[in-house]
Amino acid sequence: MAISAVTFWRLLHGVCPEQCEELAMTERMVAITMAIFYVLLLFMIIAAITAIETKNLLSSVICVGAIGFGASLMFLFLRAPDIAITQIVVEVLGLIILIRATISRDLTFITGDKEFFGTVISVVIIFVIFLAGVKVFETLPDFGTAIFAEVPNAASKKYIAEGLQKTGAANIVSSVILDYRAYDTLGETTVLFTSIVGATVILRKKAKKQLEDPD
Amino acid sequence: MPYALCFLLFMLGLYCAVVKKNMVKIVIGIMVMEYAVNLFLVMLGYRSGGTAPIIDKTQFDPATQQIAAGFLNTSVDPLPQALVLTAIVISLGSLALMISICVRTYEKYGTFDITQIRRLKG
Amino acid sequence: MKGMTIIVKTVSSWVKVLIVLFGIYIILFGHLTPGGGFAGGVILASSYVLLMLAFGREFVQKDLPLALDSKLDCLGAFFFALIAILGLVFSGVFFVNFLYQKYLPGQPLKLISAGTIPLSNIAIGLKVGASLFLVIFLLSTFRRDTSAGR
Repeated sequence: MAISAVTFWRLLHGVCPEQCEELAMTERMVAITMAIFYVLLLFMIIAAITAIETKNLLSSVICVGAIGFGASLMFLFLRAPDIAITQIVVEVLGLIILIRATISRDLTFITGDKEFFGTVISVVIIFVIFLAGVKVFETLPDFGTAIFAEVPNAASKKYIAEGLQKTGAANIVSSVILDYRAYDTLGETTVLFTSIVGATVILRKKAKKQLEDPD
Repeated sequence: MPYALCFLLFMLGLYCAVVKKNMVKIVIGIMVMEYAVNLFLVMLGYRSGGTAPIIDKTQFDPATQQIAAGFLNTSVDPLPQALVLTAIVISLGSLALMISICVRTYEKYGTFDITQIRRLKG
Repeated sequence: MKGMTIIVKTVSSWVKVLIVLFGIYIILFGHLTPGGGFAGGVILASSYVLLMLAFGREFVQKDLPLALDSKLDCLGAFFFALIAILGLVFSGVFFVNFLYQKYLPGQPLKLISAGTIPLSNIAIGLKVGASLFLVIFLLSTFRRDTSAGR
């Protein structure tokens, strides 16, 4: 990260020797991509803090939409176009569902005792977990190095090298979800089906009258 | 460092899901946690200066039916992308389920506040 | 639930055709370009959600009744399971890509290639689109009836 920051600084100030033109071009692209990542992550964190702290429910729902949009842009720059398409449309549909639930309900502001002690304990515990997590992430390889290229028998190398010959699909992600790992897709279909059936059963209105009469 | 920012996003969502009293705010906290986890999984498979894992005409030689040799060295990891693709659609299904529970509870008790729901029994 | 103004209705009836076409393109070419069954399915669902927001709920109830929607959902899931079982019947291994390996290899980078992968994409697109539209329709139906009753 320090190297890309130095390169970005050099780019800003125009200090670059003429000999390493091509090397500076690749480094420039990498530095610009890293800067875009940081800007998008900062945007998402600010939107998350706004979504959590405002008292107006409609504002926080719109900020969640902004987080989803930032995530979709990040997926695009992380070279995952299928996921970017899916994320942007899912975020729009989720926003419609959330606004439907909150827009004509009684927006009563939550009053009452604030439970100061419980809030402080939760914040302290979450901060401790965050510090421990940052220590764990320092043991991972740097962001940007391909982890699967260093593991000896990684499955991803086999999928990339033999994907077109063994399955015939040019999109390797499609061949992974529908040929190599098709059981996971079957499980996902089942989970989606179950959650939709559960939502349909909860939103049913006709059986309500028969349940309340004998009471 | 990007990993730490993504983890910070996850912790913000966890704080919102644990501390807030409004049911819709709890659902928003769970959604933020899901976005952060999907982002982290795709960030693990990224390679600097890499290309998307899709083979097009420039990398495929129809005469020998071989992929260009450099593709293995510049492609990003397709496996986390495959896992995250299904996880995003499942998160929409679970959001629908959570919101239908919230709407049903609002219809019965008249409020979104979870402390009020604990006190109104019967 | 009433619809919106006449401008929104006109524009959305033109745009709806483009969205459905784009969704079908993403599903069918899922094995060649980015996309696949999931992305195309949610795009198809969002085209019907646009129709519901612009024209009102009764119009969509006549156009795509809930019973037909549930049947499309189950048909998609059944078709996907059928492809898996046909793999067992034809080649002895559950969920194998039997069309590519034995009967119809096709040429790489063309539309007809990769065996059962386009068929699985179509099944999943149908299922995901029908499911998500169903739940959004039920949520808006529920909201109208309860807030009228209160």
